[in-house]
Amino acid sequence: MLKIKDLRVKLEEEDKQILKGVDLEIGAGEVHAIMGPNGSGKSTLSYVLAGRGGYEVTGGTAHMDGLDLLDVEPEERAAAGLFLAFQYPVEIPGVGNMTFLRTAVNAQRKSRGEDEMSAAEFLKVVRAKAKDLKIDAEMLKRPVNVGFSGGEKKRNEILQMAMLEPKMCVLDETDSGLDVDAMKLVSEGVNALRDGKRSFLVITHYQRLLDHIKPDVVHIMADGRIIKTGGPELALEVEQNGYADLLAEVA
Amino acid sequence: MSAPNPRAAATEALLDTLKMPEGGCIEVARQAALARLRAMGLPQRRDEYWKFTKPDTLLTADVPSAAPFDNEEGLLFDDFDRLRIVFVDGVFDANASDDLSLEGVTFDRLEDICCTDIHWAKDIYGVLETRGQTPVQRPFAALNTAYATDGIAIHVTGKPSKPISLIYIHDSRDSDAILHHVVRVESGAEVTILENGPAAARLNECMEIDIADGGTLHHIRAQGRDPERRAVTSMFTRLGKESVFKSFTVTVNGALTRNESVIELTGDDAVAHVAGACVGDAGGDRNFHHDDTVFITHDALNCESRQVFKKVLRNGATGVFQGKILVKAGAQKTDGYQISQALLLDDDSQFLAKPELEIYADDVICSHGSTTGAIDETALFYLRSRGVPKKEATTLLTLSFLAEAVDEIDDAALAEDIRTRLENWLSRRG
Ligand SMILES: Nc1ncnc2c1ncn2[C@@H]1O[C@H](COP(=O)(O)OP(=O)(O)OP(=O)(O)O)[C@@H](O)[C@H]1O
Ligand SMILES: [Mg+2]
Repeated sequence: MLKIKDLRVKLEEEDKQILKGVDLEIGAGEVHAIMGPNGSGKSTLSYVLAGRGGYEVTGGTAHMDGLDLLDVEPEERAAAGLFLAFQYPVEIPGVGNMTFLRTAVNAQRKSRGEDEMSAAEFLKVVRAKAKDLKIDAEMLKRPVNVGFSGGEKKRNEILQMAMLEPKMCVLDETDSGLDVDAMKLVSEGVNALRDGKRSFLVITHYQRLLDHIKPDVVHIMADGRIIKTGGPELALEVEQNGYADLLAEVA
Repeated sequence: MSAPNPRAAATEALLDTLKMPEGGCIEVARQAALARLRAMGLPQRRDEYWKFTKPDTLLTADVPSAAPFDNEEGLLFDDFDRLRIVFVDGVFDANASDDLSLEGVTFDRLEDICCTDIHWAKDIYGVLETRGQTPVQRPFAALNTAYATDGIAIHVTGKPSKPISLIYIHDSRDSDAILHHVVRVESGAEVTILENGPAAARLNECMEIDIADGGTLHHIRAQGRDPERRAVTSMFTRLGKESVFKSFTVTVNGALTRNESVIELTGDDAVAHVAGACVGDAGGDRNFHHDDTVFITHDALNCESRQVFKKVLRNGATGVFQGKILVKAGAQKTDGYQISQALLLDDDSQFLAKPELEIYADDVICSHGSTTGAIDETALFYLRSRGVPKKEATTLLTLSFLAEAVDEIDDAALAEDIRTRLENWLSRRG
């Protein structure tokens, strides 16, 4: 599904290398987790995959089912099935959440040559999915993320993911800012999308989320590289001992 | 006598090329306006309120020619039931207009305001314009009062069942129109007036509006898409007690537009909103210069005024906003709000704003703000990451920028019509 090879990224404006050769392969239907100290480059990796400006790829490749991600526009990556749940979801005053969702869903359908969803059908689907995530109708009417609490913003990201039905989901600290109940809701939302084909890359600092969304593989990222890869037990190890031992191992 | 100064000389030179229509009971008002105009002279670039907008092309004896635009979208409001009053190049066209009868309103053409008896319009024609000449002089309005060639007097005594629609067709590339309308909304009456179209290659329009106690006027204007047309418009509105005035203007294209709005709140608890949304592109051989100049005077208790102006500018387009709120002594509990914002779609465009507050009462709430900005890159990426193409995402963000102004239109269907036009314009460019 996702194949990243020796990906090297620096900041466009500064002479600062952030990703120093990332290798990562995620098969169809797999769930991978990335953990790692603050500033190690996890969000940068997710942004570069999604196509945010401000970064310069200095080496390596990233493919999704054969599509050279780095070669196409952000919207084309999305239409091809890539989704990034933002660590910090963006507020867009003046654009209604519903309009936003419908524009996104229909834009993707259009670019895939599918029929647009009718207003009525869309409303029905979005209401049902919002209900599962305990997002009330009033929140759907408000401008995108404006006045949403931290947890509401994260739930809104998962709602977008549920509506867009991507094949490769990247979740950047979707658990941060969530209370215990919301964490369960969000995890259920994610698990409901697990169908054996769809793949997930879950960036998190906490084992807690991984209790709900069980990963097949756990990676540890430090200083712009994946320094260790293992099974779910790796997350437990981090939870108990922190990163010191792991960092020492590679040093 | 001493030699005339350059301003006076320029004024006389232009007046020599104009001919004042004769007769009618407004002749006295015309002569008085001419005297006013001579006293103040035509505007010059160094004048305080003409610093940002060059008046030159509005003052030439020969009209800078402007090709009529073939609007494949048709005119705005076409789908609405309304009483149509058509002017072609600034001349009333009876054949193209509906029969001028509508319950709750009477109409008179400017030239038909007869002198044999007292006409209500006499108390307004040139009168509100004169009031609006202090403290800031408005020479184009005085010129208009003196030389207007056509226009309509609208007397609203009830609540007509449909909007009154003034339709301005631009036919000749050298037309120079001077239109002057007078509106009186009687106590408790309510009406919607639509204005639509470029009117002429060059337009000088003046509208004097008198709203009696408890009267309501909704005014929605669309200034036509002809890229080369020029327009200077002046609106003078006086509001009585508990009356309501809501005015919205949408401007798409046009080489030069100067819209002045002078509003006087003279009765307690009156409400005046004036808003504008403009989108302009000065790319290729086009020009776009759009100027909103507003002066609102609070002279009564507990009145509310709102100014909401939004401009989207690209390819070297220029936007100007000069807005003032004057709160007179004794106008307590005034609630005044003013916002002017520009969205610059490139580095070549510019927005010049001069917001002013002058307050002589102590128990008031007045706020004003002005911003200039570009498309929010973070929001743009967020939308694109959800699959919305860049062009569409830019349009969506631009429309959201304009929304606060368009939302000033109370009628949802009319607002939607305008929003669609703006969206179409933006989508054509992206
Ligand atoms: N646009 C930017 N400008 C300056 N520095 C940046 C920028 N983007 C990333 N960085 C730097 O790159 C490094 C990696 O940042 P990144 O956000 O990818 O880390 P992270 O692993 O997601 O951290 P966290 O766990 O705190 O979310 C940090 O040192 C960060 O300060
Ligand atoms: Mg991060």
